[in-house]
Amino acid sequence: MPDPRPAITRDDVAHLAQLARIELTAAELDHLAPQLAVIVESVAAVSAVAAQDVPPSSHALPLQNVFRRDEVRPSLSPQEALAGAPESEQQRFAVPRILGEEA
Amino acid sequence: MTATASPALVAFDDAIARFDPVLGLEVHVELNTASKMFCGCAAVFGAEPNTQTCPVCLGLPGALPVVNETAVESAIRIGLALNCEIATWCRFARKNYFYPDMPKNFQTSQYDEPIAFNGYTEIDVDGEVFRVEIERAHMEEDTGKSLHVGGATGRIHGASHSLVDYNRAGIPLIEVVTKPIEGAGKLAPVVARAYVAHLRVLLSGLGVSDVRMDQGSLRCDVNLSLRASADAPYGTRSETKNLNSLRSVERAVRYEVSRQAALLDSGERVVQETRHWHEDTGITTAGREKSDAEDYRYFPEPDLVPIAPDRAWVAQLQATLPEPLAERRTRLQTVWEFSDLEMRDVLGAGAMLLIEQTVAAGASPTAAKKWWLSELARRANDAGTTLEELSITPAQVAGVQALVDTGRVNDKLAREVLEGVLAGEGEPADVVSARGLEVVSDDGALTAAVDRAIAHNPEVAAKIRDGKAAAAGALIGAVMKELRGQADAARVRELIVEKLG
Repeated sequence: MPDPRPAITRDDVAHLAQLARIELTAAELDHLAPQLAVIVESVAAVSAVAAQDVPPSSHALPLQNVFRRDEVRPSLSPQEALAGAPESEQQRFAVPRILGEEA
Repeated sequence: MTATASPALVAFDDAIARFDPVLGLEVHVELNTASKMFCGCAAVFGAEPNTQTCPVCLGLPGALPVVNETAVESAIRIGLALNCEIATWCRFARKNYFYPDMPKNFQTSQYDEPIAFNGYTEIDVDGEVFRVEIERAHMEEDTGKSLHVGGATGRIHGASHSLVDYNRAGIPLIEVVTKPIEGAGKLAPVVARAYVAHLRVLLSGLGVSDVRMDQGSLRCDVNLSLRASADAPYGTRSETKNLNSLRSVERAVRYEVSRQAALLDSGERVVQETRHWHEDTGITTAGREKSDAEDYRYFPEPDLVPIAPDRAWVAQLQATLPEPLAERRTRLQTVWEFSDLEMRDVLGAGAMLLIEQTVAAGASPTAAKKWWLSELARRANDAGTTLEELSITPAQVAGVQALVDTGRVNDKLAREVLEGVLAGEGEPADVVSARGLEVVSDDGALTAAVDRAIAHNPEVAAKIRDGKAAAAGALIGAVMKELRGQADAARVRELIVEKLG
C-alpha cells in the first residue's frame, strides 16, 4: 500500500494559492489548511480499496485513440471571436501589460 | 526582473580552455498540418489576426478538443526518424499558467508520458560524425502571438498593454529535447548549430514541417552550463529562449560560455533562469528566474482520451521514413562522383540536399555544387544567413544553369541572373528578359563588333594574321567590352579566326 499522504501544511496552502493567483488572508490559510488535509485524507481512502493491480484512472470513458481527420473547418469571424473580449484593438485581444516574459 | 551588471566576458577560447560546456537543446517544430492540433481551424502562417479561431482554441466554455490524427502520425514519424521508442500508451496533460498567450489558461502538452523517447541522431560536425542522444519528442500546441504596445521596440519592457492574436494558438507543435550533450568542448557552438541544421534537414525530408526558422516554424532553446572538468558534476544552466536562426544558435552558445565563465571566475554563481537573445547586440539578458514559483501543476487532460499507437500502425509509419541521412550521404557521393574532400565541403556548407534537389531539377552535380558553394555561399555569408534561407530555390538554380548550358547566358551573366532571382525579380528567364541579360550571338551584331575591334587594334590583328592565335584574346576582350559582357565568346572567336586566320 502507498504511504499515507503527508499532511497539508499552512505553507503548502500559501504556495498553492500563489500558483493559482488567489489572495488568502492569514485567517483563511489557518482555516483552509486543516480542511484540505481532510479532503486529501478522504481521497486517499480510495487507495485502501484499490489493489495494486488497479491502474490509476484519469478518464471516465473506456476509450482511447479518438482522432479526427486533418480537415479544415470554418472558423469564427474575427468579430465573433472578439465578441467576448473585454477590450480589443487592431482586431486583437487587448490584455493588461504582461509582467514576466513570453512562455 | 532587472538586469544585473555582469562581470566582463571571458574570451571564448580562454573559457573553453578552463571549463567544460554541457549543452541541452530543445527544438520546437510546428507541423504543417492543414488544421490545428485539437480543432478544425486552418493552421496557415500569416493570416489576418484572429481569423483562425473557434470555441475550442479560444477555450470557450463547453468546447471539446479532438486530436488531429495526422499530427499524431507526424509525431510518431519524427520519433522513429530520431531512433526513439514509441509509447504504447500515453496521455496529454494540462500545463497551467497565467500568461495570456493561451486563452484557456493552460497549454495542452505532454508531461511524463511523451509519445516518443530515448532516441539518438547522428549529426555531421566539420565532417566528423557526432552522436546526439534524444531524451524525448512530445506533442503539444503552439501559443498565440503577443504584440506589446507602448514600448520602444515592441518588447515587453516599457509596454503599456499587449494585443494577442490567437491564430497560432493550437497549431500542432512537436518539442524535441536532447539529453545533456557532453564532450563537445570548443565545438559546442558548432555542435548546437549543426544539430539544429540537421534536424531541419531531417524534418524537411519527412515532409512534416515547413521548418522555416524565419517564420518561427522551427525554434530552438539552448540550455548551457559549465563545469570545471568532464568528470565534475553539472554546473547550473541557463536557458536561452526562442533562437530563430542557425547563426543565433551558434552565437548564443558562444556568448553564454563567455558570460558564465566570467561569473564563475569572479566567484559568482550562475543563476538558473531563462535568458533572452538579442540579435542586434549579440548578447543575452536575464528573463524569468526558475524557482518553485514555476510550477505548472500538470495533470492529465480530462477532455482527451489516451493515445495507444497500435504496433502495426507504428510499423507502417516506419516504412514511410525516407532514407537515413548517413546512407543518403554515402550514396550521393558515389552517384555524384565527388571526392571525399569535395563531399566534405558540400556537407560543411550544409548544401547536400540543396544540391540533390538542384540535380533533380536538371543540373549536373558539378554545376549544382559550383553555384551553391561559390556564388550563393558568398551571398549567404554576406547576408549572415544559411544557404536554405536564401530566397532562391534549387529549381531556380538549375534554371540558371540551363540558361548557361543552352548558351543564352554566360557565367558572368548567370551571376547577374542569380542576383535578380535573389532580389525577388522572378524566375531566371524573367530576370534575363527584364534586365536584358541575354548573350548576343546574332552574327550581324557580332560581326560588326568584331570588325570594329580589328579596326581599332591593327597590331593585334597583324599578330593573329601571323599565326599567333593566342592574341585573339585581346580582340575578344574588346568585343566583350563593347557588348557589356554579353557577347557569345565562342562565336566571337570563330568570327575572328574566319576573318584573320
